[in-house]
Amino acid sequence: MNDLLQKSLTDVGLLLEKGEVSSVEITRAAIAAMEQHRDLNAFITETPDIALIAAEKSDRRRSEGKTLGALDGIPVAIKDLFCTKDVKTTAASKILYNFVPPYSSTVVENLEQSGTVMVGKTNLDEFAMGSANMTSHFGPVKNPWKNKDGSDLVPGGSSGGSAAAVAAGIVFGATGTDTGGSIRQPASFTGTVGMKPTYGRCSRYGVVAFASSLDQPGPMTRTVNDAALVLNAMAGHDPMDATSARHDVPDFSASINGDVKGLRIGIPDEYTLDGMPGDIQELWNQGIKWFEALGAECQPVSLKHTKYALPAYYIIAPAEASSNLSRYDGVRYGLRVEDAGDSLDDMYEKTRSEGFGDEVKRRILIGAYVLSAGYYDAYYIKAQQVRSLIADDFNRVFEKVDVLLTPSTPSAAFAIGDKMDDPVAMYLNDVFTVPASLAGLPAISVPVGRDSGGLPLGLQLIAGPFDETTLFRAASALETAAGFDVFDHGKDA
Amino acid sequence: MTYLIEGDSGDWEVVIGLEIHAQVISRSKLFSGAATDFGAEPNSQVSLVDAAMPGMLPVINEYCVEQAVKTGLGLNAQINLRSVFARKNYFYADLPQGYQISQFEDPIVGEGVVTLDMPDGTVREIGIERLHMEQDAGKLLHDQDPKRSFVDLNRAGVCLMEIVSKPDIRSPEEAGMYVRKIRSIVRYLGTCDGNMEQGSLRADCNVSVRKPGEDLRTRAEIKNVNSVRFIMQAIEFEAARQVDIYENGGEVIQETRLFDAGKGETRSMRGKEDAHDYRYFPDPDLLPLNLDRDFVEALKKSLPELPDEKLKRFTDDLGLGHYDAGVLVAERDIADYFEAVVAGGKAKRDAKMAVNWVTSNLFGALKSAGLDISESPVSAPQLGALLDLITDKTISGKIAKDVFEEMFATSKDPDTIVDEKGLQQITDTSAIEAIIDDVIAANPAQVQEFKGGNEKIIGWFVGQVMKASAGKANPGAVNQLLKQKLSGG
Repeated sequence: MNDLLQKSLTDVGLLLEKGEVSSVEITRAAIAAMEQHRDLNAFITETPDIALIAAEKSDRRRSEGKTLGALDGIPVAIKDLFCTKDVKTTAASKILYNFVPPYSSTVVENLEQSGTVMVGKTNLDEFAMGSANMTSHFGPVKNPWKNKDGSDLVPGGSSGGSAAAVAAGIVFGATGTDTGGSIRQPASFTGTVGMKPTYGRCSRYGVVAFASSLDQPGPMTRTVNDAALVLNAMAGHDPMDATSARHDVPDFSASINGDVKGLRIGIPDEYTLDGMPGDIQELWNQGIKWFEALGAECQPVSLKHTKYALPAYYIIAPAEASSNLSRYDGVRYGLRVEDAGDSLDDMYEKTRSEGFGDEVKRRILIGAYVLSAGYYDAYYIKAQQVRSLIADDFNRVFEKVDVLLTPSTPSAAFAIGDKMDDPVAMYLNDVFTVPASLAGLPAISVPVGRDSGGLPLGLQLIAGPFDETTLFRAASALETAAGFDVFDHGKDA
Repeated sequence: MTYLIEGDSGDWEVVIGLEIHAQVISRSKLFSGAATDFGAEPNSQVSLVDAAMPGMLPVINEYCVEQAVKTGLGLNAQINLRSVFARKNYFYADLPQGYQISQFEDPIVGEGVVTLDMPDGTVREIGIERLHMEQDAGKLLHDQDPKRSFVDLNRAGVCLMEIVSKPDIRSPEEAGMYVRKIRSIVRYLGTCDGNMEQGSLRADCNVSVRKPGEDLRTRAEIKNVNSVRFIMQAIEFEAARQVDIYENGGEVIQETRLFDAGKGETRSMRGKEDAHDYRYFPDPDLLPLNLDRDFVEALKKSLPELPDEKLKRFTDDLGLGHYDAGVLVAERDIADYFEAVVAGGKAKRDAKMAVNWVTSNLFGALKSAGLDISESPVSAPQLGALLDLITDKTISGKIAKDVFEEMFATSKDPDTIVDEKGLQQITDTSAIEAIIDDVIAANPAQVQEFKGGNEKIIGWFVGQVMKASAGKANPGAVNQLLKQKLSGG
């Protein structure tokens, strides 16, 4: 059965189409794998019953010739930040430990309408705040990849559960959300493909908000073509989200043809960091060589304000979060902590003290601080100005090149517990992913190789706004050239 | 007519600025599809967005934007083609999101002006600082349970317009007139029902006092006053309180105060030190609101005639006095009624006659019946028809008053009443002559008096003839014929 689960989403879709396998069979296998890999703690809620009903329906549709397309019948996982009707949705927070939404997010509905089969809700950093999946109220997620000594590694975050579930071969694809790198960084850490679309491409309706101007749902899969297929199902204009884009959604998978001849690829000078591991620099150089060998034209470019991206991000994202998380007040849903005789303020204080974890509290405090009277101009306004400059940098560069090639992360996966006492070291994980987030650009992490410790590393491609087709085309060429095998984990490097 | 408060140290001037919160007339809320009807079952008009469920997003209701722009145009104000929604952050149980979506640095409407026609005939201009759109909060119910408070979110998310005046108001009376004027404008526009008892129009009053010519002194803000009378009372009390403080060597502190209508006084609610830091910032869920110039122009063309224009037309074209015209235009329903009375019929009816009938007879009857003009048993066409009967001499003015009473009681047409009761004026000379002859024959003593030189007694004869004709004889004809008969006979 494992052979089946190790196929790509694209390939298993073809098997379904040919009738060589049924959705119920694949779903049963996925459910079994989910149970078998419970040590990874990748799921907060397993939904096997719902999955099997959906799988049966899919098989029935197929037998009646009414199949819904490439994703019909394929088991996927949903990050527990997406609201799912009648299925607990926690954002990995104690404050929503019992929250069952009476509605589904638009992305989840879109996936359902494509016939996908949800097997469960994946673990994440609390409210998507973290880069190691260490801040979840439901405990850390383990990376299917292990250290050489067999010790456990983080899967990255915040979409660590989705990344682990895909990397472990439980599901063929999963949803993630990316605010500053929460799809791309865990993808890089787990040897999977993680794609953040252009801001506005996928609806945020029904996705528990972290930082509204940055949050963007996206696919996490094992191949680039799989990501293209899943994004096609997720994306589209949504009148329920005022920031949703009205752009048409092209057939992303159809744009993948392996041809990158003449593609202009920018290599940003500013992404070379002092003290960056040699493995990463080497892989980056290797990436350039692969592209050049395929006939692409690589050239150095400059994105001058890159070094200000991370500080600006860590002002804007907490500012928005501090306000977005105000609704978790114990009044209407979720956790409420109060004692007899408590005032409303007492109840707020106890509920939020007990309901939020340390990292969430830290960001709420930072956010409230940077928005407060007397500091707003110095922090928030300044950060927004930086954000504009960064977007301008990208706009100028995309007049000269089609895509940018950078490392995805400044390191490979690290040990569980590392960097927990140093938030700034933890925030540095996002150094390569945050600039594209601030500019709202589509970006993808493609697994391309392994570091000296045998751990996977990804390279990131960034394209201009709504140019996902070029992004997927370049990513697929890189993927083919690298020939990375996600199921190498458990084997020696 | 300057309003000054006498103090031991001299006269004090009152400086007032008002922030009027006007609930926008719209079927659904500012950022959700939930209904806005007043008085519905608690929490029956609450969408997932209004309850701030996780992942819910606001989507602007375009109709509310139209209403705000219309109001801005009605206030002769600048319409800002780009405006920005901002979050005002604070915790309270009636505010599910933990922030109110409002407009802060970039409101949809900028500076404007409204004019007040003062009773002494002068005109006062009151500047408008801005108008912005925002969400209303829910309502806390403290009287349902001895220990707990309940929350009703029906009102949460309903669109309000906050209309901020400049500190141009100088007396409680002006404040009252200003509120009435704003209410009249929004009612004409159909952008707010102006119903203060239901809270759809309420005001925060910023009040300070100073010696004439001085710079502004510290102000107190009186929150949420919900009637014109209370606004005037609250300002009067507050100004006197502040003068008292200064006269006794004290300092007024900047604070928020509440008006206690029962006691007619204001009292402190919270001081400046308890003021919230609202941490305003642009709402990242909403893009800046960009309006098309054509959109604004189209709304401008669609505006109804507003009270100021109507007043000018009533005085200039219809020849009404300024006072009468002012009474008519204050309420759109009254102005519309009046215009329907004047405009109907074959020819235009006499406007002065119409205004008298509307403001004295109709208003009097409505007032004693406790009815609003919209509930009048006599419709405007019916009143117009009555005026026609007077003009064409079918009935006398005196009979008309009786007919009107009957109309008011039964809602019948005046023609029907006149026909049924045979009230047509007798203008046929021979018929009147017959009555006169009878009266003269029956009263020889009075005839002798007349002939003896008491010409005044003719009035008594007129009365007798009118009585005999049940009021229907044409009084002019009676007079003339009586003189002839008595002198000649």
